[in-house]
Amino acid sequence: MNWFETVRAGIEAIRAHRLRSALTMLGIVIGISSVILTVGLGQGAQDQVKQQISALGSNLLIVSPGSSTDATGMRRGFGSASTLTLNDATAIADGSVVPDAKSVAPTTSTSTALTAGQTNWTTSVVGTTTNWLGVRTRQVSDGRFFTADEVTQAADVVVLGSDTATQLFSFGSPVGQTVSVDGTPMTVIGVLAPSGSSSSGTSEDDQAVMPISTAMRLSGSTTGSVSTIYVEAMSANTLSAAYQEINALLLNTHGVSADAADFNIATQDSLVATANSTNKTLTVLLGGIAAISLLVGGIGVMNIMLVSVTERIREIGLRKALGATPSVIRRQFLVEASVLGLAGGVIGVAIGYVGATVLPGLINQPVSVSAFATLAAIGTALALGIGFGVYPASRAARLTPIDALRSE
Amino acid sequence: MKAIIELAGVRKTYRSGSIEFEALRGVDTRIDEGEYVAVIGPSGSGKSTLMNILGCLDNPTEGSYLLAGEDVSRMSEAQLAEVRNRRIGFVFQQFHLLSSLPAWRNVELPLVYAGVPRAARRERAIEALTRVGLADRIDNKPGELSGGQQQRVAVARALVTEPALILADEPTGNLDSASTADVLALLEELHGAGRTIVLITHEHEVARNAQRNLVIRDGEITSDELTGAHA
Ligand SMILES: Nc1ncnc2c1ncn2[C@@H]1O[C@H](COP(=O)(O)OP(=O)(O)O)[C@@H](O)[C@H]1O
Ligand SMILES: [Mg+2]
Repeated sequence: MNWFETVRAGIEAIRAHRLRSALTMLGIVIGISSVILTVGLGQGAQDQVKQQISALGSNLLIVSPGSSTDATGMRRGFGSASTLTLNDATAIADGSVVPDAKSVAPTTSTSTALTAGQTNWTTSVVGTTTNWLGVRTRQVSDGRFFTADEVTQAADVVVLGSDTATQLFSFGSPVGQTVSVDGTPMTVIGVLAPSGSSSSGTSEDDQAVMPISTAMRLSGSTTGSVSTIYVEAMSANTLSAAYQEINALLLNTHGVSADAADFNIATQDSLVATANSTNKTLTVLLGGIAAISLLVGGIGVMNIMLVSVTERIREIGLRKALGATPSVIRRQFLVEASVLGLAGGVIGVAIGYVGATVLPGLINQPVSVSAFATLAAIGTALALGIGFGVYPASRAARLTPIDALRSE
Repeated sequence: MKAIIELAGVRKTYRSGSIEFEALRGVDTRIDEGEYVAVIGPSGSGKSTLMNILGCLDNPTEGSYLLAGEDVSRMSEAQLAEVRNRRIGFVFQQFHLLSSLPAWRNVELPLVYAGVPRAARRERAIEALTRVGLADRIDNKPGELSGGQQQRVAVARALVTEPALILADEPTGNLDSASTADVLALLEELHGAGRTIVLITHEHEVARNAQRNLVIRDGEITSDELTGAHA
């Protein structure tokens, strides 16, 4: 009996026992589709974070103030101190000290109420320099960004994020209109293009950007302290050189040792790594759920296969009486189990993919299916079918024909 | 005449747990090619046990069995499968048809294991069904056939490989008298075509159709005589 005949007979046997075949496949389908969805959810969450971080800009170093130490000697979290100043930004921008920095943008950030006519909107007011647009790879969709002159003069101009603009000005272009920032009237000169990173409503699209000098004047700051200095490296290859240069420069100018550094430099990669380690818990949890559903599906398959083989021992006996060798019997069940496993796997993958398309719309969470998870899922389905189908069949194939024929 | 079956000191002991039961207690006999033999005896006397050993469906506990001169106990599983496939046709009391397959697919099964190509298999299966008078039932599943028709399908399956030996274990046990006559006529016809037939039964009227009767009682052959039925 050749393989073609065997495959044919296997498919016929599956069709002859529709309900049993459907139940066997159901177990596999549920297991596989839930694996694809849960793994996809974990992967989707990671991808989303990665995307948000890469939307910050490219080849970016983010310098933030270090932790401060209060009177009792307790260290507070990173960013709590006001140890970074405009002078640091100027020093980093010096090409002879930090040759691998291409562009530097110091920023301040405060949460402030904006008013346009009757409309109030509280948003994050960002003070920065003209470099910000390039370093953060943003674009102006309407009007223009502020100029170096406006920074020097601390002009009362503001560029709105796209969401902020919609909130404050429902009709027409905001450009040329006046918005009151903490009581000071300012001219809107431009609107930022949406950041394009994932879902709307992130702070990237809800902010008001103005010259850093203006922002410092509004907040009454005299220390020149900034909340973040964004540095764009020349290229991805010089990112770590730039990191070293900035680190050495700031340690030197702040007069501190590396152990007591009062600043923190992060790269996008390090941010991604931190985010991923947070996500790991989620992934492990989801993976556990997936494994359990696969196990439950597998037990279902095993049950049905065992019942099926027991039911069919007499068929095995008859086939042996008519001339089937044990290996032909094993092959027949191998093919049946593989076809069932494969069909169940493919249907499970299809349902998983459909779920991955539909689910994000329902729960507002991205789901990304990976080719690896898909292949692993199909492999598992095959292994389940074969393991649970062939083992009992090959035991039955070893019975003498009469013992098999006579079994109840 | 050449012997097709030679049994010497064949014993079969069944064990279930600690209980042992000797179903065959030393059977010696010889059946020649072309003979039509009925094995007759009361229920429980060991007839089926004997037929299962003759058909290589089961192994004797003791003794030797030569099938067409070859010692069956020395054959591998694969060789035994081939012997069952090529040399022996079985007819069982319970028919043993696969309910999911139509008549012709049941009949072609032995040919599948013999490696006959598909087109030839269908042709030969239809031919065999025609011989047993079921030319108009080739596509019916066993559930759509009467008991007599099902047994005729089983006979067609037994003869489709043209085996030298046909073993029938109470083939008429579940049939009415009209169907019994049909099946016996088919066996008679096969015998006429030169096949060796071993028919197992507990009914004397059925056994009278054979040329030779082996009477078995409590696992032993107690008489072996010719019936005078035409050869
Ligand atoms: N698998 C078995 N296990 C134990 N005892 C069996 C088995 N098969 C048959 N027997 C016993 O062997 C004896 C002969 O059985 P069998 O050959 O089927 O008789 P017959 O076909 O003549 O009615 C009976 O007493 C039966 O109970
Ligand atoms: Mg019997």
